[in-house]
Amino acid sequence: MKYIVEHYNYWLVIIIMMAGFYTVISRGNLIKKIAGLNIFQVSVFLLYISIGNVKDGATPIIEEGITLYSNPLPHVLILTAIVVGVATTALGLALVVRIKETYGTIEEDDIHNQDQSL
Amino acid sequence: MKHNLILRVVSKFLIPLIFLFALYVQFHGDFGPGGGFQAGIIFSTGIILYALVFGVASAKKVIPPYILRALASLGVLIYAATGVASLLLGGNYLEYGVLASTQVAGQHLGILVIELGVGITVMAVMLIIFFAFAERGRSEEECE
Amino acid sequence: MIESAVDITLLSLIAIHAVAIIRMRSLFAVIMLFGGFSFLSAGLFVAMDAADVAFTEAAVGAGISTILMLATLALTYAHEDVQKEEKQPTHKPWLPLSVVLITGGMLIYGTSDIPAFADPNAPAQKHVAPYYLKKSLPETGVPNVVTAVLASYRGFDTLGEVTVIFTAGIAVLLLIGGRRKSKIPFETRSNKE
Repeated sequence: MKYIVEHYNYWLVIIIMMAGFYTVISRGNLIKKIAGLNIFQVSVFLLYISIGNVKDGATPIIEEGITLYSNPLPHVLILTAIVVGVATTALGLALVVRIKETYGTIEEDDIHNQDQSL
Repeated sequence: MKHNLILRVVSKFLIPLIFLFALYVQFHGDFGPGGGFQAGIIFSTGIILYALVFGVASAKKVIPPYILRALASLGVLIYAATGVASLLLGGNYLEYGVLASTQVAGQHLGILVIELGVGITVMAVMLIIFFAFAERGRSEEECE
Repeated sequence: MIESAVDITLLSLIAIHAVAIIRMRSLFAVIMLFGGFSFLSAGLFVAMDAADVAFTEAAVGAGISTILMLATLALTYAHEDVQKEEKQPTHKPWLPLSVVLITGGMLIYGTSDIPAFADPNAPAQKHVAPYYLKKSLPETGVPNVVTAVLASYRGFDTLGEVTVIFTAGIAVLLLIGGRRKSKIPFETRSNKE
């Protein structure tokens, strides 16, 4: 029981991570693939923040009378990663739009058929 | 959505509040949660809301694309120039302590300035991306 | 106790959203669920004392990402196509499913070595974090440690991140900036060449 309480957070994060991974590798629709990539990304954020979490810790804004804070370092890394993530997502979506304009479809199988690459 | 009265009135009420909140987040980021990244995003959502309700064309009259492109580079430039300024004043790159008379005051000033740079770049880039998506595949008349 | 209850509830809701995104075929529903997914994870960040991160995730994930995905959906599917559904998958799910199960199993096996969740004595909490928590206020005069580390101690890192965002903006402009002049379908264009 103690082992479960100490690790359930990581397990659920890994389940979310695998849900995103499965969407990426099993679905052919490019918009859905990008949604899957985003799920994967958010699960990594969750993993980092769980590692930085401290029991009964406070938000790391220094105040008199509080001694225990959460670890601020993962917060910094993830804060910038989120904004960079949306910029790269926008880049991926722009590529999807260009693929649609060139091939007339965003289904991976149809694109491979047109290119005769499979 | 141009003719929806409720949307127009409510968004006219909301947009100034969104801008105000963005400025609060930008300049209060060192005491409470917030900072340049969040403020930039919130500021751009205000303009995106305006574009959704009143049309992209009128939003581009508020912030023309060439200003956005200049702002996007300006933010990065402010950030990098802060580093160069601290170099010239005798410190290391991005060592803010030398920017003002005392270490703490210099640090505070440096953090405020670079957060401003971050905010400007993030706001401009998000709007550039949104306008690029919103205008793609439409002719001139459809955007009106 | 109540903290772990909130934790488990939010994490389970997020996992349910993720599974629903896999199973939904209407892309509009997928994008809306993704917005909910981001918003719930922002709530979870608050529960894990990361107010700054939650702030960003709520504005970015639930706001900008969702809008951009909707814009892409509008550009890639015809107006008349009300369903906007993805195609039925043609492959059998067994190969990706087994890959995912094996990877997930190995990762879960790997967590047995990670220190307990929210353990104040974990190595991650003992390395540089105490230095930042103790020194950042006297050294920078900024009470928000996240801002102090982001802008001052790791200022060079953040300069790189801002440059990445700037570059992504330029790349999007290069790819889809400006209006398309002609709409030549793919088939006719390849015949001409």
